Amino acid sequence: MSNIQEILKERILVLDGAMGTMLQRYKFQETDFRGERFKDWAHPLQGNNDLLSLTQPEAIAEVHRKYFAAGADIVETNTFSGTTIAMADYHMEELVYELNYESASIAKRVANEFTAKEPHKPRFVAGSIGPTNKTASMSPDVNDPGFRAISFEELRIAYKQQIEALLDGGADILLVETIFDTLNAKAALFAIEEVKEERTIEVPVMVSGTITDASGRTLSGQTAEAFLISISHIQILSVGFNCALGANQLVPHLEVLSSRTDYAVSAHPNAGLPNAFGEYDESPEQMAEQIKEYVEKGLVNIVGGCCGTTPEHITAIAKLVQQYAPRKVEKISMSV
Amino acid sequence: MNEPKPKYLKLSGLEPLVVTPENNFINVGERTNVAGSKKFLRLVKEEKFEEALDVARNQVEGGAQIIDINMDDGLIDGKEAMVKFLNLVIAEPDIARVPIMIDSSKWEIIEAGLRVVQGKCVVNSISLKEGKEQFVQHAKLIKRYGAAVIVMAFDEVGQADNYDRRIEISKRSYDILVNEVNFPPEDIIFDLNIFPVATGMDEHKLNAIDFIEATRWVRENLPYCSVSGGVSNVSFSFRGNNPVREAMHSVFLYHAIKAGMNMGIVNPTMLEVYDDIPKDLLEHVEDVILNRRDDATERLLDFAETVVGKAKESKVDLSWREDSLQERITRALVKGIDQYIVEDVEAARLSVSKPIEVIEGHLMTGMNVVGDLFGSGKMFLPQVVKSARVMKKAVAYLLPYIEEEKLRNPQKEGSEGAGKILMATVKGDVHDIGKNIVSVVLACNNYEIVDLGVMVPPEKIIAEAITHNVDIIGLSGLITPSLDEMVHLAKEMQRKNFTVPLLIGGATTSKAHTAVKIDPQYREAVVHVNDASRAVTVVGDLLKKDTNVAYKQNLKEDYEVFRDKFLKRSVKKEYKSIEAARKNKCAIDWGTSEIVPPRELGIQVIERMDLEKLLPFIDWTPFFRSWELHGKYPDILQDDVVGTQATELFADAQAMLKKVLSEKQLTARGVFGLFPANSINDDDIEVSVPQGEGDKERYVFRTLRQQLQRREGVPDYALADFIAPKTSGKQDYIGCFCVSTGFGTAELAAEYEKQLDDYSSIMIKALADRLAEAFAEYLHKEVRTKHWGYAADEKLTNDELINESYKGIRPAPGYPACPDHLEKLTIWDLLQVEERIGVQLTESLAMWPAASVSGYYFGSPEARYFGLGKIKKDQVADFAERKGISIAKATKWLAPNLVDG
Repeated sequence: MSNIQEILKERILVLDGAMGTMLQRYKFQETDFRGERFKDWAHPLQGNNDLLSLTQPEAIAEVHRKYFAAGADIVETNTFSGTTIAMADYHMEELVYELNYESASIAKRVANEFTAKEPHKPRFVAGSIGPTNKTASMSPDVNDPGFRAISFEELRIAYKQQIEALLDGGADILLVETIFDTLNAKAALFAIEEVKEERTIEVPVMVSGTITDASGRTLSGQTAEAFLISISHIQILSVGFNCALGANQLVPHLEVLSSRTDYAVSAHPNAGLPNAFGEYDESPEQMAEQIKEYVEKGLVNIVGGCCGTTPEHITAIAKLVQQYAPRKVEKISMSV
Repeated sequence: MNEPKPKYLKLSGLEPLVVTPENNFINVGERTNVAGSKKFLRLVKEEKFEEALDVARNQVEGGAQIIDINMDDGLIDGKEAMVKFLNLVIAEPDIARVPIMIDSSKWEIIEAGLRVVQGKCVVNSISLKEGKEQFVQHAKLIKRYGAAVIVMAFDEVGQADNYDRRIEISKRSYDILVNEVNFPPEDIIFDLNIFPVATGMDEHKLNAIDFIEATRWVRENLPYCSVSGGVSNVSFSFRGNNPVREAMHSVFLYHAIKAGMNMGIVNPTMLEVYDDIPKDLLEHVEDVILNRRDDATERLLDFAETVVGKAKESKVDLSWREDSLQERITRALVKGIDQYIVEDVEAARLSVSKPIEVIEGHLMTGMNVVGDLFGSGKMFLPQVVKSARVMKKAVAYLLPYIEEEKLRNPQKEGSEGAGKILMATVKGDVHDIGKNIVSVVLACNNYEIVDLGVMVPPEKIIAEAITHNVDIIGLSGLITPSLDEMVHLAKEMQRKNFTVPLLIGGATTSKAHTAVKIDPQYREAVVHVNDASRAVTVVGDLLKKDTNVAYKQNLKEDYEVFRDKFLKRSVKKEYKSIEAARKNKCAIDWGTSEIVPPRELGIQVIERMDLEKLLPFIDWTPFFRSWELHGKYPDILQDDVVGTQATELFADAQAMLKKVLSEKQLTARGVFGLFPANSINDDDIEVSVPQGEGDKERYVFRTLRQQLQRREGVPDYALADFIAPKTSGKQDYIGCFCVSTGFGTAELAAEYEKQLDDYSSIMIKALADRLAEAFAEYLHKEVRTKHWGYAADEKLTNDELINESYKGIRPAPGYPACPDHLEKLTIWDLLQVEERIGVQLTESLAMWPAASVSGYYFGSPEARYFGLGKIKKDQVADFAERKGISIAKATKWLAPNLVDG
């Protein structure tokens, strides 16, 4: 693999857009989610998008293909919920290794296709590590603020399993994303460090938090700078924000990161704020127009899209960022 | 290589703490340490974690920039206590904003702590005491957990107690950490051991100066690291003589900070300002600290005899705890501090012969002060509600004793309270924020409140009033049909020969309505009271034994005069017939006026609205108004008079809102529909419903038309004017909606009330109301720009939204443009509101849950808000016929808008 650290110094890299939005277009039904293999599964499976890597692998490959064709340098694996914790909803804890392995393999296969076609523009696979559906710093019970539904240790073990499978499947980068509780992310980073040490490897790590509202804080209450300080203890490739907000609303928080970190800065915002039905409807042109502010101000090194974004959005973003120089990075984490 | 960039120690709680040279000195709070604080140890042992949290909170309020937490005690399970306390601390944003120092000599406690804190902590501490291997292992893990570390100057041989050993151990520790563990040097903090001076032993003479000089060496030779220490150790030999100790701390810090000490554990109350130390004391102390003379210790000991101790005020001022019992109770009530109230009330109880005397004596004395301050505008409503919370706790504590006392002395029936007041929101109405506020404030003034809640039928009010033998009845209501309920209740009270005064309050009530409609129905006193502060004086006057007869007499006369004036004034207005008004309708030129067909026709449901998205749409001004703080947000936060209070209230609101959001305590749902429509027969709007949606294919909205005679050229509006008439041949459209954020409010409020916390109970309701309005605003915007799309390119600021500068309108039944609540039934039918989202209508057509908004959407650029004003009987008769209801029923519902009825 060509060295992503080197490329980052030269240009702004483009991350892909939403997987979920693209999968919705297939209008998969319960039977499609189940496929042949899970047709007798005792629990409903519709909505388990990660599972489609096993039951509809061609659709997943097709989405990756579209994003690469749109100009993405990096695609994310279809593994946002690929932990035993998140898979418990579907009673699929046992499948976690396979889900992550296959997802990474599919993405890597498509990436290789493109890299072979365009060797001057190598394509990368980022293993997507979501926040799980539990939070280690907050109590779900109003009357018992000291209660926790999940522990650091449980998270660390689950993340470690996901990370190992992603790496085995061929992920080039690990992307800890949509962090609403920094303690969850710290468990993931802890697990990454363990795997790196056990395997004596280096892996570029991207860390991406989520500012949930206009208060400018994560769901667990941290400001952007406090978040940055809390995850800067290991060598990372980039730090950034994704989800929850549209491109415009992210600007002040990216400015905080950009001025206070020596790592690369990433952003993959939503296509605006959702409408009354939870749909995102900002057009590619509208979104690119806002992202122009990032690049004009030199705030970012990696840009992509989150909820509601499509290959059309990524095309617009890719077209835009090639005209701009990347943010100057002081410290690009070393790879062996 | 360029010159190295400075690297700073960076820590975080919810907020960042970056230790730069400009910070000078980082103060670590040490009261949450079981080894250093007997009180904290006791609280943890007794599992009084709430009070233990107060200790932490006080430190942060007192200026601690980091809080040190230590649970090392033989009698507690340190690991469990550490995790439990940290989890609780993290749930308190006002504490968790600062970074945490996890302090233990046991690694398993440190690790357990690191696993529950999201921010970047400091571990206190590790050292080479047990050898290099363990030191490296722990350092690696600390780095992986993402914390900074305090390294004690301690190795296999022992603790560093002179200059050379301090340097030797810190240099070796630093090299291992930086070169072998790859530990960031800026995350290393050395504790170079502060030992006592002036102990009388020669080998201790250099303790302070060695520390100071070693600090200087470390800061100059070990790049980027910090130096810390526990300052109070240095003055250990002067225990009991605080003025000398305080001077010693200040002198020591003054020199140590100059040498590079940039962090430390210092009790801020045990610190004198360096420049304020008397010259002679300063000289003696500096001689000791800097070891400037051989006889320094003896000279300071002699001099210390002459220094007389004086108490100093701490930053979080607890000196009031030394005041007399009554002063303490009064202060707790005035300041709303519930921490010590049970303790103080117990002391009071032991000092009197009957427990009731505590309420009548100590507590009432305190509440009278609250009442006076509130009455004179020196306290504001939110503070008073907090006072009430303290009062309730105190009374709850005393009740079992009072019951016991009653059993022992059954002869005396009932206490001599100030009076008993029944409060109720009338039948069909669900709004109770105002009523609850008045109840709380009256309770603060020692009135016993019998609160019957919401939707209380008149029979029940009458029956309960008799059962409880109340002295006053207070009625509240927000929607217009409640006005009739109040009239009805006044008639009932008259029929049953009641003699107690009747209080009327609530948003739609007015002095005019009370004087004209209610007062004549009841021969006794009727008073309109619309704010809590006035309620206290009015109730006081009504119940004052010697003067109340005259006061009531005056009231009756006042209302009669007011009524006469009002009726005379209204006679002057002239109204036209409904036919004439229709001829003067607002005539829109449908040939040219643009009609934009909605992009999405039909009904849509929002199953679960994300409350986060509503935050930007909240209009805060009415929120402050509901707490009787008047002014426009955000200016009100800076207001000279109420600014402080508004800011505090706003902070409480934000904290609760955050909790509501993060814990998803409230559920928001909405439904809306967009339909083809045309106006027919001047004042009606015919709506066609697509097949399969709604029971019928055709619904008709009946609108009402202005009839007041106004100047030439001003049209007489009805909402139907804004929809193209069928006869125009143009297809027009209308929308309607209902949104609610109230699912869960009642349960939360009940929970708070159970905890005797009316403040939070009122707060949650007020917030739910704001969220509902925000939801309506949000949805209207979505409809304008997307679903209907007639203003797809609109860009409005929040202020513009609040000022309604958008195109099209969303009038709500029950409000000025369409005061007829009956139309809600049509909306409910059409959208199947109850089936789809669960919002119900009461018999008075109030929406339940209360935090709900419903209305119509008109898209015409010519549509505008107007007030219907008064209408005449001819329109009522016409309306009844159109709607197919009796004139009596129509009259009942439209009564508040009738000219002469």
